[in-house]
Amino acid sequence: MKLSHPLLLVWVALMLLLVSTVVASQNLTGPFSLAVNLTIAFAKAALIYWFYMHLRQESGLARLAALAAGGWLAILFLFLSLDYVTR
Amino acid sequence: MAETPLAARPPYSEPRQQHDAAMMGMYLFLGSEIMLFGGIFAVAAVIRILHPADIVESSRALHYLIGALNTGVLLTSSFFVASAVEATKGGRRRAGATWLAAAAVAGLVFLVVKGYEYGAEYREGLLPLPGADTQFRTAPQHLFMNLYVLATGLHAIHLLIGIVLLSVLAPCLAFGKVRLPDRGILIIAAALYWHLVDVIWVFIYPVFYLAR
Amino acid sequence: MTDTALPQPESSNFQNEGLSETGTERVSYLRAGHSLSSWLLTTDHKRIAILYLIAVTFFFFIGGTAAALIRLDLLTPQGDLLTNEGYNRAFTIHGVIMVWFFLIPSIPNTFGNFLIPLMIGAKDLAFPKLNLASWYIFMAGGLFTLFVLIAGGVDTGWTFYTPLSSMFAHGSVVLAAVAVFIAGFSSILTGLNFIVTIHKLRCPGMTWRRLPLFVWSIYATSIILVLATPVLAITLVLIAAERLFGLGIFDPALGGDPLLYQHLFWFYSHPAVYIMVLPALGVASELVAAAARKPIFGYQFVAGSSIAIAIIGFLVWGHHMFVAGQSMYASAVFSFLSLAVAVPSGIKVYNWTATLYKGHISLDPPFLFAMSFIGLFTVGGLTGLILAMLAIDVHVHDTYFVVAHFHYIMVGGTVSAFFGALNYWWPKMIGRTYSLVWGRLSAILIFLGFNLTFFPQFLLGYLGMPRRYHVYPPEFQLLHVFSTVGAGLLGVAYVMPFAYLYYSMRYGTPAGFNPWGATGLEWTVPSPPPKHNFETIPVVDSLPYQYDVELEEDHG
Repeated sequence: MKLSHPLLLVWVALMLLLVSTVVASQNLTGPFSLAVNLTIAFAKAALIYWFYMHLRQESGLARLAALAAGGWLAILFLFLSLDYVTR
Repeated sequence: MAETPLAARPPYSEPRQQHDAAMMGMYLFLGSEIMLFGGIFAVAAVIRILHPADIVESSRALHYLIGALNTGVLLTSSFFVASAVEATKGGRRRAGATWLAAAAVAGLVFLVVKGYEYGAEYREGLLPLPGADTQFRTAPQHLFMNLYVLATGLHAIHLLIGIVLLSVLAPCLAFGKVRLPDRGILIIAAALYWHLVDVIWVFIYPVFYLAR
Repeated sequence: MTDTALPQPESSNFQNEGLSETGTERVSYLRAGHSLSSWLLTTDHKRIAILYLIAVTFFFFIGGTAAALIRLDLLTPQGDLLTNEGYNRAFTIHGVIMVWFFLIPSIPNTFGNFLIPLMIGAKDLAFPKLNLASWYIFMAGGLFTLFVLIAGGVDTGWTFYTPLSSMFAHGSVVLAAVAVFIAGFSSILTGLNFIVTIHKLRCPGMTWRRLPLFVWSIYATSIILVLATPVLAITLVLIAAERLFGLGIFDPALGGDPLLYQHLFWFYSHPAVYIMVLPALGVASELVAAAARKPIFGYQFVAGSSIAIAIIGFLVWGHHMFVAGQSMYASAVFSFLSLAVAVPSGIKVYNWTATLYKGHISLDPPFLFAMSFIGLFTVGGLTGLILAMLAIDVHVHDTYFVVAHFHYIMVGGTVSAFFGALNYWWPKMIGRTYSLVWGRLSAILIFLGFNLTFFPQFLLGYLGMPRRYHVYPPEFQLLHVFSTVGAGLLGVAYVMPFAYLYYSMRYGTPAGFNPWGATGLEWTVPSPPPKHNFETIPVVDSLPYQYDVELEEDHG
C-alpha cells in the first residue's frame, strides 16, 4: 500500500499544530491564550478543508458554499459579543 | 479493474455536472452542521464572557492530555479517510476499503478513550449526568460541565453516525457494490462528513479543554 | 385569456358527470400513475409540490381554526369562551402551526418545488429523492404537532421564551420542540436542494440575468433556510435539555442568561420572517410583470434586493429585544440595521409601482391578489419602521400594534401572495381554468376581511392593549368586535378559492399552454406539464419578461 505523500505531510502538520496548541495552552493565559489556541484551531481546520476536503481542487463556487456558514457564524458571534461586552 | 464508463443520471446531462452538484450539496449540508454546533459554541462564548474565572478553573479540571490524545486519534482518522478517497479515485477498491476500515476503527478508539475519560470524570464528581454525585464549587462551573457534556455528547453521536457510515461503505467498496468511478461520490461525501466531525472536535478541544 | 387554439377534451372521454380528459392531460405528470404509491413514492418535483400543497392547506385550516377560537374569545372583555390556559394554548398552537407548518413551507415548498425546474429549464430538482424525503420529514413534524395538539397543547407562545418554557409552562413543551426540530430538517434539505438546483441545473443560456425573479427570491430564501434553521434546531435542543435536566444555560440562578435564549431564537426567527416573505416578494414580481404586460422595472435591483434582504435580515434580530434588557449600544446598532432593511424592501415596492406605471393592467384574480399584496406589504413594512425605532418601540412593544404589524406582513403579504400564486399557476398545475368572477370576488373579500380584522388592531395597540391577554378593559371591546367580524369574513373568503379551484378540476375548461399570455419557460410546456417537463432541454436567448408593451394611452 503506497502512502500518498501530500496527505501524509498534512497529517504531520496537523500533529505539530496539536502539540503547539497543548504547549501554548500550558504557557499562556487569558485572552492571549484563547486567541492563540483558536488561531491554531482555525489553521487545522483550514488544512483539513483545503487538502482533505478537496477545496483545493474545487471551484470558487464550491469553496463559497463550504465556507459561507463560517461567515454567518461570525455574524452571530459579532452581535452576541456586542451585546454582552457592552451591557 | 474493469469499471463502467461515466454516465450521468437524470436530471443531469453530464457526469461533471452531477459531481459538482453532489459536492455542493454536501458542502451546504456540512455548513448547516457548522451552524448547529455554532449555537453551542455561542453559548460557550457567552458563559466565558460572563464568568471568565470559573470557566478557566473548570477547564483546568478536565483531562487535557486525554483530550489531546483523542484529537490526535481523530486527526489521524481523517488522514485515513482522505487516503481512502485517494485510493477510490484511483480505482483501488481494496486499498480504499482498508483505509475506510482503519478510519472507522480509529473512530471507535476515540469513543473508547472518551468513555474512559467520562468514567474518570464521573469518579471525580465532575460529570453532571442525571443521578450522578457531583461537587462543583460554583454554579457557573456546573453550567460549564453541563455544556461540556452536551457538546461532547452531540459530537460523539455524530461520530457514531460516521462510524456506521464507514463500516457500511467499506465492504460495499471492497466487494464492488459501489460502482466506480461514478458512484465514488458516495465515498467522497461520507469522507467529507467524517472530516467535518473532525473539524468540530478541533474546535471543541481548545474551547473546553484549553481555556486558561 | 389568450385566443390561441385550446386543446379540447376528446369526445370519447366525455363520461357522465362531465368528467373529461384531454390528450395533454393523458400524458401529463398528473396521470403518470394512478396508485396511491405512485404519489407517495414519487420523486417528480411536480407531484411532491402537490403533496405539499395538500399538507400546507390542511395545516392552514388547523391554524385558522385556532385563530377563530382566539377571535371569538376576544369578542367579550371577560373572555367567556376559553379559560386563561385554553387561550394561551390556542394562540400558541395558532403560532406554531402557522409559522412552521404553513408560512415557511407554503410558497417555497409548493410553488418553488413545482416551478423552479420548469422556470430554469430542468427536468427535476438536483436531488429528487431528497426532495421526497423532506416531505416525509415535514409530515413527521406535522404529525408530532397534531399529537401535541391532541395531548393538550402548549402555552408558551410560538417563541418558547425562557424561563416560561424551561421552568414554568405546563403542557408538552418538549414534544412541541421536537415537532419543530423535525420540521426544521425538512426546511434545511429543501433549501439545500433549491440552491444546488439553481446553481447547477439551469438550461443553456439561462444566465443569472435571465433568471425569473421568483427563482432569485427562492434562492435568497434557501440561503436563510440552510444557514439559520440549524441554529433553531440547537436552540430547541437546549430548551428541551433545560426543561428535562435543568442545564442552567438560560437560568441566571445557575450562571446562565435568559436573554441568550432570545438571541439564539431570533438569530433564526428574524431571518425566518424573510423566509416567509421573500418567496411572496418573488411571486409579486412575477405577477406584477404579467399584470402590467411590461418588463419588470429595474430587474437587477429587484433581484439584488432579494439577496440584500436575505443578508441584512441576519443583522437585525436584536430589535425583538429592545425592552428585554439588551445592551443599549447593541439596541442602537440593531435599530439602525432594522431601518436599513427597509431600503431593499422599498426598492421592490417602488420598482413594482414603476412597472405598473402606464401598463395595460389586467385585473384577473391573480393580479388582484398581487395588488392587495403590494398595499398590505407596504403598510406592514412602514409600521415595521415604526417598531424598529428604539423610542417608539418602548411604547408599543408587545401590544396589538406588533400583532397587527406582523399579520400585515405574514397574512396580508405572504398569504395574499400564496393565493395569488395559486390562482396564477393553477391552470399550469392542473390544466384547467377556473371561474374568474369567483376569483376576483374572493380576492376582494380577502382584502376587505383582512383589513377589517387587522387594522383595528393597530388602534388597539396604539391605545395600549397588550398582546396575549384575553381579558381586557371594556373600552377596547368595539375594536375587538370589528376585528372578530373581519376575521369571520376572512375565514369565509379563504374557503372560496379552494371551492372554486376544486370545482375547476372537474368542470374547468382546458387551459392551454399559456392562459395569461405570460413569459417564462413554465408557460412553454403543456398544462399540466408532462412527466419530464421538457421534450428537449430548452435554450434561452433573451432576457425575462419580454412582453410586447401595450401602454395605457395606446388604448385611449
